[in-house]
Amino acid sequence: MIRPHRTHPLWFAFIVHRISGIALALFLPLHFWILSYALNAPERLDGFLHWTDYPLVKVAEFGLVFLLAVHVFGGLRLMALEWLPWSANQKTLAAAAVGVSLLISGTFFLRAL
Amino acid sequence: MTNDLTESVAEQSDPLEVSVWRSAGDGGAFQAFKVPAQDSQTVLDVVAWIQQNEDPTLSYRFACRVGMCGSCAMMVNGQPRWTCRTHVRKVLDGNRIEIAPLRNLPVIKDLATDMDPFFDKWVAAEGVFHPSKSRDDAIEQINPASAPRARADAGIECINCSICYAACDSVASDPEYLGPAALNRAWTLFNDAKDDGAGVILDAVSAKGGCHACHSMGSCTHACPNELNPMASIAGLKREIAKSFFKRGKA
Ligand code: SF4
Ligand code: SF4
Ligand code: FES
Repeated sequence: MIRPHRTHPLWFAFIVHRISGIALALFLPLHFWILSYALNAPERLDGFLHWTDYPLVKVAEFGLVFLLAVHVFGGLRLMALEWLPWSANQKTLAAAAVGVSLLISGTFFLRAL
Repeated sequence: MTNDLTESVAEQSDPLEVSVWRSAGDGGAFQAFKVPAQDSQTVLDVVAWIQQNEDPTLSYRFACRVGMCGSCAMMVNGQPRWTCRTHVRKVLDGNRIEIAPLRNLPVIKDLATDMDPFFDKWVAAEGVFHPSKSRDDAIEQINPASAPRARADAGIECINCSICYAACDSVASDPEYLGPAALNRAWTLFNDAKDDGAGVILDAVSAKGGCHACHSMGSCTHACPNELNPMASIAGLKREIAKSFFKRGKA
């Protein structure tokens, strides 16, 4: 899939944005469904939250926070690209979106440990 | 460093291993050739050598050989490139080069593509001049330092090579999409004080298959051999369409 004409930073930014978008679309309904336990069945929510103590689940949460952050910042870059006067540093901005997202999700991960 | 590279090709006794796409009509296959390596050899030189020494039926297109006419573009090791100005040493993969017709266009034969869809889309994007004056009017004075002129200037050196069109995944997935070159052309005319077509241009590029089909992945800008930035031109069109939408809403 990653054919030679696609090997450049903005194509990777594009595919990261797509994949994170799809992953979030799959994850968010699940997320809200579990949250709905807080209202309807608090004991089940507690039971579920024990799960989040497992290291593997923590790593998965880190992944989710990263996806969310990278989709937000990548999306902000795209909105700026389309709505604000053109800025030539798109590659830097895309890299910054990934960097900030790693920072946020990394901080989240370390605090969760 | 650069010296070493040039010499290393000259010193190579091994001929280049070249795979060339051969087809007439549907289907086709790569054919292997061995081509003597030379100093400062371009990919077009390699194709010409094969046609002159191995197989005179090999079809390909070129004219100027100096990067001005835009007719020699091909896929070289999977990347769209202007072959007359692509040095072999820059693209060699080991000792191999794969040469194929441009992506996203129908193939007529071997390396020659049918460029009609590409040029038809220039017209569909209103990438044609819309005169505002007759021969009796005085010539429009253009201030080269004005912002619209600077925006137009940034995009006018296009040589219609279709390299951006071949690089674009949106073109590949949506046959109606006008593509980066046509939209870039529309953007230069939109910013040209001598062109009277701003309204029709915005209508054309905001229709189905227009600039909103672009996902800003920038393969066009990355691939353009003349270092134009169709992605920025398309973003400019999107902005102008949004502006005119709000203006029309108020009126
Ligand atoms: S930025 Fe738009 S026109 Fe350029 S390659 Fe991407 S989708 Fe195609
Ligand atoms: S914009 Fe660049 S790549 Fe596209 S047709 Fe013009 S010169 Fe070729
Ligand atoms: S032959 Fe004219 S651009 Fe290559």
